[in-house]
Amino acid sequence: MANSGPKTPHPDTLAVHGGQSPDPATGARAVPIYQTASYVFPDTDTAAALFNMETPGHVYSRLSNPTVSVFEERMACLEDGVGAIATASGQAALHLAIVTLMGRGGHIVASASLYGGSHNLLHYTLPRFGIETTFVPARDLDAWARAIRPETRLLFGESVGNPSVDVLDVPAVSALAQQHRIALLVDATVTTPALGRPFDQGAHLIVHSATKFLSGHGVVIGGVLVDGGRMDWVASGKYPTLTEPYEGFHGMNFAEESTTSAFMLRARREGLRDFGACMAPMTAFQVLQGLETLPLRMQRHIANTRRVVEFLSIQKEVERVYHPDERNHPDHELAARLYPRGCSAILSFELKGGRDAGRKFIEALTLFSHLANIGDAKSLVIHPATTTHFRMDEDALKAAGITGGTIRLSIGLEHPDDLIEDLTRALRASQK
Amino acid sequence: MQFIAQGYPAFAYTGGRPFDATLPAIVFIHGAAFDHSVWQWQSRYLAHHGYTVLALDLPGHGRSPGSPRATIEEYAEWIAAALDAVGLPQAALVGHSMGSLVALETALRHGPRVTKLALVGTATPMPVSEGFLSAARDEPPVGLEMEAVWGHARQAQLATSPVPGSSLLSASRRLNARSRPGVLHAGLNACNAYRADAAKVAALKVPTLVVAGQRDQMTQMKLGKALADSIPGARYVTLDAGHSMMSEAPRELLVALRGFLG
Repeated sequence: MANSGPKTPHPDTLAVHGGQSPDPATGARAVPIYQTASYVFPDTDTAAALFNMETPGHVYSRLSNPTVSVFEERMACLEDGVGAIATASGQAALHLAIVTLMGRGGHIVASASLYGGSHNLLHYTLPRFGIETTFVPARDLDAWARAIRPETRLLFGESVGNPSVDVLDVPAVSALAQQHRIALLVDATVTTPALGRPFDQGAHLIVHSATKFLSGHGVVIGGVLVDGGRMDWVASGKYPTLTEPYEGFHGMNFAEESTTSAFMLRARREGLRDFGACMAPMTAFQVLQGLETLPLRMQRHIANTRRVVEFLSIQKEVERVYHPDERNHPDHELAARLYPRGCSAILSFELKGGRDAGRKFIEALTLFSHLANIGDAKSLVIHPATTTHFRMDEDALKAAGITGGTIRLSIGLEHPDDLIEDLTRALRASQK
Repeated sequence: MQFIAQGYPAFAYTGGRPFDATLPAIVFIHGAAFDHSVWQWQSRYLAHHGYTVLALDLPGHGRSPGSPRATIEEYAEWIAAALDAVGLPQAALVGHSMGSLVALETALRHGPRVTKLALVGTATPMPVSEGFLSAARDEPPVGLEMEAVWGHARQAQLATSPVPGSSLLSASRRLNARSRPGVLHAGLNACNAYRADAAKVAALKVPTLVVAGQRDQMTQMKLGKALADSIPGARYVTLDAGHSMMSEAPRELLVALRGFLG
């Protein structure tokens, strides 16, 4: 009979306890906020050893902090990653991932269906530093393959893109990444580890905006970068930042130093040290308050979203609903396979009447908040073409599945009947 | 650094310092389906504090090609060959789990070459359950999961990591998962079959330290104590950790090693 193997804690348990012991100094059960910039060294030898990575521990809160580490370790547990680095924002996490892997001359192949901020970084800003990106339609695997060049160092996409709510076929893109010995980075902000784990699907690195569902309360800006430890940087031969001596840290060869955590070492010892986009301890504490209830909240987000999708799909004011729950969504089957518990509390839809109807709709809503965020306990609405994605030209908007009439909703934790009542009134108002 | 032992290339991490055979040498020996990087903290510290260190990748492990050896005795002969290859007449040996048996057997066979012996997470005999052996042979993913999970204190994920931002259990999973097919089973089999010669153990003249994990699920603390009691003059230290003391209690293990190695 097949052996099922040893038992390990379930995700619900990890979300509450992962990476934390009761505080050894005080016995505090809750995660203490270590609001300190630095840490007293017991002696000069320990100080030197900490600086030279001969012993683990905290030196300076730009590099690590006990409160922030609880969040990092909890995320590493939830994603089954070898480690995680918390950052000042989701954008900082994406930046940290990229600059750890490549410098001038590096190339990225990315899904065209990205958060507008990520698109800005890749399309407008990184080329100034010699890193170029080719954008490809998320579903077109041939386009992904054709775009890969000898200097390509990263494939990047969102587990579920917004606002078009397309599902990245992580196993298929991962197969391409393996074939070319390139890392695959997945932004899993929309799905969270409660709905699916990209490492299990073949990703090598994960970023999250912790501002969104991980926190759930919309009171902080934060991000996190998680390393799956699955990429063989040495066998790839494409990542000298990880496999050759680094003069910036006493000639350390990170892949020799740690077979599985070379990426984490370089990202922390160079990226956090020099770029400095670390997470504040208070932020980590606030993210952790939300993270404890992530599995419960995602269930409710998904259940509410299903009600809203069903409702919108039969309204006469709605041209079309974009959500993988819809049978005619091109990723309907893929979503069911990769995310059987549901894949997105984000949805978008086309309103009849275009931009003008969209304006009336948004202004008639009373429960949904009109703002630039997703993943809040409160339901949110935005008009992407004039806000989150306004820097995109018409072609890029089209590639991202956005038109003037596209409305994006982030479904919160309110009672679904109240959400539907609010939407009903706003739909009627949009057509007047 | 690379070297040739028994006709095959082999790799050893030198702790971030160039290898220097004129310094007192410490050789670190990892367990089944692991590699040199399990000694990351201890080897790097000692390499910067007056020692030259070799954290080996055993044959068939990590960056050392070739086949894993079938017995602890064969590994012991390979250790002697490795010392020859790098020009070390003598070295202190620090071994973990399967590596502790290799270190012990090397000392029993090549006593004068071993200056000190530190055995971490050890037991002899080191019985491996039939379920674990058969999983390693027939269902490698299950066997590797047992290696990683039982290799740490129970529910290691529900505790702060001594290495900020790291999941020790996931890191162990990934390192074990990199081992080549058959390597875990061969290692467990070698551990299970090994019997130290009791008379030779009782006559061992090498200064020895046994370090046992108070929450070790692989080699129970009492077995480590029994081995320490059987070695004349052996020191015995316990740490609040599971089997993977190098990462679960890196600072405490270093204190124990420094106190012993001098």
